[in-house]
Amino acid sequence: MTGLVSLFRRLEGPQTLGRGPAFWALFALVLAGALAYPLFSDGYTVGNTVYFFVWVFIALSLSLIWGYGGSLSFGQTAFFGIAGYGYGILTINFGAAYGFTWIALLLAIGMAALVAALLGYFMFFGRIAGVFLGIVTLAVTLMLERFMAQTAGPEWRIGAARLNGFNGMSAMPPLTIPWFGGPIPLFADVGLYYVVLAMLVLVYLGLRILMNSSFGNVIVAIRENPERAEMLGYDIRKYQLITFVIGAALAGLSGVLYTVWGQYITPSSMGMTAASLPLIWVAVGGRSDLTATVIGTLVVLSGFQALTIYGSQYALVFMGVLLVLTVLIAPNGLVLGVIKGITKLVTRRKQEAA
Amino acid sequence: MALLQLRDVNKHFGGLHVTNSVNLVLEQGEIHCLIGPNGAGKSTLFRLILGEHHPGSGQIYFAGEDITTLKSFARIRRGLSVKFQVPGVFKGLSVRQNLEIALQSRLHGAALDKEIDRLLAFLNLEAEQAQLAGNLSHGQKQWLEIGMAIALKPRLLLLDEPTAGMSPEETHMTGEMVRRLNAAGMTVLAIEHDMAFVRQVAQRVTVLHLGQVFAQGSIDEIVADERVAAIYLGQAHA
Ligand SMILES: Nc1ncnc2c1ncn2[C@@H]1O[C@H](COP(=O)(O)OP(=O)(O)O)[C@@H](O)[C@H]1O
Ligand SMILES: [Mg+2]
Repeated sequence: MTGLVSLFRRLEGPQTLGRGPAFWALFALVLAGALAYPLFSDGYTVGNTVYFFVWVFIALSLSLIWGYGGSLSFGQTAFFGIAGYGYGILTINFGAAYGFTWIALLLAIGMAALVAALLGYFMFFGRIAGVFLGIVTLAVTLMLERFMAQTAGPEWRIGAARLNGFNGMSAMPPLTIPWFGGPIPLFADVGLYYVVLAMLVLVYLGLRILMNSSFGNVIVAIRENPERAEMLGYDIRKYQLITFVIGAALAGLSGVLYTVWGQYITPSSMGMTAASLPLIWVAVGGRSDLTATVIGTLVVLSGFQALTIYGSQYALVFMGVLLVLTVLIAPNGLVLGVIKGITKLVTRRKQEAA
Repeated sequence: MALLQLRDVNKHFGGLHVTNSVNLVLEQGEIHCLIGPNGAGKSTLFRLILGEHHPGSGQIYFAGEDITTLKSFARIRRGLSVKFQVPGVFKGLSVRQNLEIALQSRLHGAALDKEIDRLLAFLNLEAEQAQLAGNLSHGQKQWLEIGMAIALKPRLLLLDEPTAGMSPEETHMTGEMVRRLNAAGMTVLAIEHDMAFVRQVAQRVTVLHLGQVFAQGSIDEIVADERVAAIYLGQAHA
């Protein structure tokens, strides 16, 4: 019981913005709005909204590894792809009966985490850090893209699942709830919306607790000064590895949900563009804060989507400009800057009133 | 009993022989000062003791155990702790959080909060506890890092130029603090240039010169040693 209470107390802390009744009232309001939203919309639009939610997990994984941990990783996209393909291969082979899609979801995330554990072990225990970490992870991502792109031939199959080269894999079953009256498949519609929303809330709150725990303290300490952190008796490589694996699992969750949402996945979801875009959302939002990351990702992503109507090249150029502006104006993130500004204003008002 | 023992420790950086067959014994419970001109290899010796550098040859024993190949964090867990020459506080975190991170593996909950408050008062940083550590003055950063180092309750505390940038009063206070910690059972090895500080705390002094142990003895013996004066003067002329 006391354990549970101390867990909930970790929802607030020095590593996350937002505290006190005002913040949680706002949180409840936003959540209520998100819950009610499908009532005032149609299934198609709601399904499209899920698409935005899907990407938040990979953004959060970057916030964790880069914003909190201080290691820039281009590998999130690789873990996204591994889990996405993993889900496809598993469900195409074993079907969707008896709730297997949910087991496939977990197994696919597990695959991404396992690859991250191996890669991370060599990187962190081999003392690869800073720019080199970025280079190694980018190389892994691009290698994986190249590899998947050349699997067009019929010999590239795992059981019943053809990898299909550049055209990618498709027609895997969506997440399916086993039910007495027959299984309920969750297509990109209201049902999937609520499932993904629930995951989003759980992951967001869970990460808040994690980052405000003593574990999170060590993670930010490593970002600030790894030598000092080790000289306080922390095995920093172990902490970095665990963070990297958690991040990979979150990126993997994004990958599975993306695959489930559109029932396809292609190698280009592991390409250079795919690897850079999450970096931009997170940088623009504010990588060192979970809330800023979520807001930033949703805002930038929907802006990007709106712009692609005029052509995706322009949208990409706009993303680049946005990144440069962020780096120049608010290097810690635009959304984070705005949130901090508001917080300052509110506290000043309170002090004046007092 | 010897708490720390260096046996024939050597370290090269390329062609530079920075630590040259150093033998050093630190007795349990003493305050030992390490002095020597700039570039003598004092900080390097600390990094060898802490496992940031590994000696080309020689052994390091701590409390009777050979720790020569142990990783740094493992040495810390066995009872070593350090304040670096350049303060290594967590700049982007609050002063309070800096101390919390140093204490959290030993204490939890209310006991943790209480110990942080006690340390803040001890370090005279109560008013700055919510500030980012990066915004502190140089002297305050030194204090904070000393606080983080002693928060571990080490058996051996290594201090690399703890009073650099401090006023004479602050230097004296630091000396008193070191003596109090020592009276409570902590062994201390301090690198220091400030002779007033060395005189205030040191029970024994080792002079390091060109990577070698040049002289060893009480502060009076060292001050009276003309050869020691010569190497410092030599540097002043250089
Ligand atoms: N990582 C390193 N690589 C190469 N040379 C180094 C390194 N660290 C220290 N040195 C050299 O070793 C010598 C001793 O340095 P140091 O131990 O910092 O001296 P002190 O602390 O006594 O002033 C200096 O000449 C310094 O330039
Ligand atoms: Mg030095």
